[in-house]
Amino acid sequence: MTLPTRFQQWFSERGWHIHPHQQEMIDRAADPALLLIAPTGGGKTLAGFLPSLIELADGMHEGLHTLYISPLKALAADIRRNLTTPVTAMQLPIRIEDRTGDTSATRKKAQRADPPHILLTTPESLALLTSYEDAPRLFSTLSRVVIDEIHALAENKRGDQLMLAMSRVQAMAPGLRRVGLSATVEDPPAIARYLARHPDPCRIVMADPGPDPDISILRVEEPPPWAGAGGSHAIPAVLEQIRRHKTTLIFHNTRAQAEIFFHNLWLANEDDLPIGIHHGSLSREQRERVERAMVAGELRAIVCTSSLDLGIDWGDVDLVIQIGAPKQVKRLVQRIGRANHRYNAPSKALLVPANRFEVVECEAALQAVRERDLDGEPRGPGPLDVLCQHIAIRAASGPFTATGLFAEVRTVGAYAGLTRAAFDDCLDFVATGGYALRAYDRWQRLIERDGVWSLRDPRAARRIRMNIGTIMDTDMLKVRLKSRGTGQPLGDIEEGFATTLMPGDTFLFGGKVVRFETLKEMTVEVTRQGNKEPRIATYIGMKIATSIQLSQRILRMFAQPDWPSLPAHTRDWLHLQRSRSRLPEADRILVETFPHDGRHHTCIYGFAGRNAMQTLGLLITRRMELSGLHPTGFVASDYAILVFSLEPVTDPAPLFDSAGLRDGFDTWLGGNAVMKRTFKYSATIAGLIDRNVAGPRRTGRQATFSADILYDTLMKYDPDHLLLRITRQEAQRGLVDFQRIEGMLERTAGRIDHVTLDRVTPLAAPMFLERGYVPVEGAATERLLADAAQRLMDAAGLDLDPATEGRLFRMAGPDATGAVRNAP
Amino acid sequence: MNPGFLFQGERLFLLPSGALWWPGAATLIFADLHLGKAERMARRGGAVLPPYEVHDTLRRMEADIALTAPRLVICLGDSLDDDAAIAGLSPSEAQRLRDLTLRIDWIWIAGNHDPAPSGLGGRSADAASIGPLTFRHIATPDASGEVSGHYHPKARLALRGRSVSRPCLLHDRDRVILPAYGTYTGGLDWTAPVLAGLFPTGGCAILTGPTPHAVPIPCTSRSRRASA
Repeated sequence: MTLPTRFQQWFSERGWHIHPHQQEMIDRAADPALLLIAPTGGGKTLAGFLPSLIELADGMHEGLHTLYISPLKALAADIRRNLTTPVTAMQLPIRIEDRTGDTSATRKKAQRADPPHILLTTPESLALLTSYEDAPRLFSTLSRVVIDEIHALAENKRGDQLMLAMSRVQAMAPGLRRVGLSATVEDPPAIARYLARHPDPCRIVMADPGPDPDISILRVEEPPPWAGAGGSHAIPAVLEQIRRHKTTLIFHNTRAQAEIFFHNLWLANEDDLPIGIHHGSLSREQRERVERAMVAGELRAIVCTSSLDLGIDWGDVDLVIQIGAPKQVKRLVQRIGRANHRYNAPSKALLVPANRFEVVECEAALQAVRERDLDGEPRGPGPLDVLCQHIAIRAASGPFTATGLFAEVRTVGAYAGLTRAAFDDCLDFVATGGYALRAYDRWQRLIERDGVWSLRDPRAARRIRMNIGTIMDTDMLKVRLKSRGTGQPLGDIEEGFATTLMPGDTFLFGGKVVRFETLKEMTVEVTRQGNKEPRIATYIGMKIATSIQLSQRILRMFAQPDWPSLPAHTRDWLHLQRSRSRLPEADRILVETFPHDGRHHTCIYGFAGRNAMQTLGLLITRRMELSGLHPTGFVASDYAILVFSLEPVTDPAPLFDSAGLRDGFDTWLGGNAVMKRTFKYSATIAGLIDRNVAGPRRTGRQATFSADILYDTLMKYDPDHLLLRITRQEAQRGLVDFQRIEGMLERTAGRIDHVTLDRVTPLAAPMFLERGYVPVEGAATERLLADAAQRLMDAAGLDLDPATEGRLFRMAGPDATGAVRNAP
Repeated sequence: MNPGFLFQGERLFLLPSGALWWPGAATLIFADLHLGKAERMARRGGAVLPPYEVHDTLRRMEADIALTAPRLVICLGDSLDDDAAIAGLSPSEAQRLRDLTLRIDWIWIAGNHDPAPSGLGGRSADAASIGPLTFRHIATPDASGEVSGHYHPKARLALRGRSVSRPCLLHDRDRVILPAYGTYTGGLDWTAPVLAGLFPTGGCAILTGPTPHAVPIPCTSRSRRASA
């Protein structure tokens, strides 16, 4: 296909030349699947849309032609604006609309009746579209689908849901061509397999990656602290950089860190530079205000999190600052790409290590970027909880045969190896619950008649539609300013954090200090607190684990005789560690034991990433408990755990016996809160737990009960149930990340170096400052509860009625059962 | 150590499971069993929950009964999740219930979900009075010596950066509200206005679980407005 004259003119009027990769996308427009890998600012979106615009230019196409899917609602709206420019300029007869969770119901209805030529949407909205009975009519005219930021979708369940929906769409539009647009990734063929209909081939088009980024570590006079993640020591140097640049993006790894940094930055901002904050917990209104100000060029800096990772065009960003170790090289590269949205201009980025260890980590990441050595873990086969939801969505759209749906699902790359048995398990779960005890068969959700499956009660379709999606926001509570009427919404915080707040506690939100007043149903009410120092400085955020590749790079650095590229303070620290103890090695586990402050300490360097190290801590302390070493608790970081115990560890080797650890994973860890959370996620996706209920939300929550009860019940009576199997599988990664413990055990094959010392070692010292002390569970919880109850009773004692009745009796006599048995 | 508490001159004990034991009258009290809840949800086109809830609730009841050997059992209403739930019980589950009601004097108090449980043995009543105590499903505003259920109270405590949430019993001089006993029951936060209204001058909560920790009910600003 050549570029029509109208398009050539449009390019030349702007003084543009078509990029080679844009031309290649046009030349190969007939391919069933095409993956374009291009840096930010490489005209990627236009490359994806040019073939559609050309095909639609003659105005002959009736109905939907191109579906555009992006992971962000905001991106869909942004692209609509950007596409409208050439369409208007060339006077093309093309209608473009977006459809997301923010689109009104009336508008959505109109779109189904009279679809635009190009529809811009999200994976969830697409899945919803496929659930309607009239879906075949809508999709029959579809010719192309463009999936933007496909690298971001390919790494999570949203992406799995998207490709399952695509298999459905492809069945309704057999000639459909798929196009994926991706940032630089470590394994393009894996993304290509993810994109294409299995086993279709998929051509990978590589755009010129552009010049190497200009990236370095920010020089700060004050050395970074020994522990912590805030980067507040670098505030003056960061302010200086903001002054010197037009617009700076300041990335943080967690929302909490972004809040604290923004707060401190603001306190030090004597020039009153316009600086904003942007993260996923803030309300849409707040985020949009910042986005508008940014596009209008009114802001000199934005403190942000991954909410700005994806490719919305923010205009003139000329510097990216990453506070804290980037944890993943790939992530760092994609963030750097946010600076200088102009093709062929190098992106400029500065790294700010937030503590001494991160100096090493940032240096390792820097080397990796220079060597273009990106990291990432291959994803396993398609998750079954998402498949369960897909089967339900399929049922909502009308009757289906198991054989037909199975064949369709196997055209999805991630599910190409799905066995019929696994598929039937999922189908049985959706239909009957899939329990070992076959109960209430009369009420099963799907029924089979003559080989055709359908909903028992067609009204159930509504419930299925209301619960589409794989993003877990069920744990979030709304935050509002307390007022007479409906208070101003500020955003969301995690329920887990909200429930630990007591009235009067203060925390940072949206860059302001707020005071917790009450928790009313699903809403946290707060008041503004002026400039008061926040008492609780942080709230729980997503913890990203350092990638395996980056950890390995750090271990390789440790093997060097000297570190001339590191600042003196860090270099001396590593030398001191080497002379006092030794530095951890890649194929060995280093265990240091030493007394400190009257207790025994064991520091284990496993370099398996934060989540895996935390799980290792749970398993190791369990084994220590069984051996009578009386562990009291531990802290975990990306590279080590530090265990506190009453007795010393004299022989660490048996603690790492892999069969024992695996057994602990299978049995004991089953009762852990992290496993329960993992279960809750999968059970919600699979449709056992509703995230949305029809009608107004019940006041109070008497009617609903926690997912933990379902988990405990299944563990007790149906331990082989599909959802428990899925939970154990999920625990191999994610929050539990047992897979990386296995990897560590394999890599080190029992080579354990035990160093006994009389005091804390240089490398272990920062561990004492780590947050997130995990007490060894069990007796501890009851003791804490008893303390808290005593304290509260004492405090309330004066208010209680002095009469004996209604007051608590503290009996020194027999225990509960004794008292009961002796009763008359 | 289960200290128990004095109520209208009687010493009562909250068992770890959430049942209330009144040794003075050899009476064991359960609130809100909600037997058949999973079946009802499935019947109404909701989620198909693990069908082990009736068995689990019965197993816990049987254990509490074996421990206390009561002369009388009172179920404070919402014993069955709805009228049709009886039909949903499996024959063996219904038989287990009948075995109990045959052996022990048994009163089913009517609840808002199950006006008159029948076919399971035992007696039915809207309310029952024994000595100084009155048993009914929903608390009445000006009652005294009243033991009720219905609200499924749940306490939440912040402990050093994490929170523990457990079903709990609430009481003051005039009334006791029991936690829900059924395996598939949720809870209503103890600070909910409707609960605060029932304890206008404050009260005490006792947590279920291994140790019956007693904690004052937190005061909220609207505690004086009752609306039940």
